[in-house]
Amino acid sequence: MSVTLNINGTRREFDGDPDTPLLWVIRDDLGLTGTKYGCGIAQCGACTVHVDGQTLRSCSAPVSAVAGRQVTTIEGLASPAAKAVQKAWVALDVVQCGYCQSGQIMSATALLEKKPKPSDTDIDHAMAGNICRCATYQRIRAAIHAASAQLAG
Amino acid sequence: MSSLVKATLIMIVLAGTAGSLAGAEDLRGPETFASITNQSERSRALFVEAGRVLQHPRCLNCHPVGERPTQGNDGHPHSPLVVRGADDKGAIGLRCTTCHQNANYEPSGVPGHPLWHVAPKSMAWQTKSLRQICEQIKDPRRNGGKTPAAIHEHMAHDSLVGWGWMPGANREPAPGTQAQLGALIAAWIESGAACPAS
Repeated sequence: MSVTLNINGTRREFDGDPDTPLLWVIRDDLGLTGTKYGCGIAQCGACTVHVDGQTLRSCSAPVSAVAGRQVTTIEGLASPAAKAVQKAWVALDVVQCGYCQSGQIMSATALLEKKPKPSDTDIDHAMAGNICRCATYQRIRAAIHAASAQLAG
Repeated sequence: MSSLVKATLIMIVLAGTAGSLAGAEDLRGPETFASITNQSERSRALFVEAGRVLQHPRCLNCHPVGERPTQGNDGHPHSPLVVRGADDKGAIGLRCTTCHQNANYEPSGVPGHPLWHVAPKSMAWQTKSLRQICEQIKDPRRNGGKTPAAIHEHMAHDSLVGWGWMPGANREPAPGTQAQLGALIAAWIESGAACPAS
């Protein structure tokens, strides 16, 4: 049974088991390896993608769940909020090992797209599901605020 | 395969099955309480039995008093940190649907339902006595405007309520079945919907 996907604006077909985790399809079948596997149980956030503008832990969703919906991976981020986040991440040297950062950026971008001027509490609540073993949390927070300031002009 | 090996394998399978059913406790039906001749007493007893479902972790975890749902049979704070948000469906950027999909998902063990969300604060049950929960359920100002018939319909047929008996993974289901809960609630309503003393 074929599942039709819209990944980063491109239509793709997946002919495997519709219950396959979306993460595997993204990485193994579509070759988009920017989205990471960290835990497989929706506890770390490294697998975060956007579906119709909302965050989704792709390790915890069957590929069938996103049939016909707009899926955006880290490779496909292009919104003003995404560009501001990427710029802030570079300016503040947020990244250490980098493994969690695709997920961090996806969650941060989703937050700013819905709430361009988030409070620290908003940041806490939006980012709580993204774990960083290098503990770059303070820089992530600062970068979200910096991106917000840039969006405000 | 030798008969000893076969017997051993059968015992292992049966033990595993028994283990998974061990958490599925029975719920007593309304007929069990028919011998209580005092109507109010019988009504209260019926609700106490229904309370074994209402106060089970599968139900209580999503009826928090504060901002955060809980998890597990010990009611520890939901991990990761999530809050009810403005609409009881999560915060901006971390919605319930970020992780919870339309059905339980075995590869990740994450439970799911199309309408996954936290019960509104007016329907908070954690830290409440069974009497307080009973009074809340009966109060149209706090139960979403439900009539007694609607209360029964919700308990007996709502599919998110029904998830409590099909939680997936290694989660212990609520006692009995949703049909049994429905029968208890129907009998409770018919007997005057009396609330327990405590």
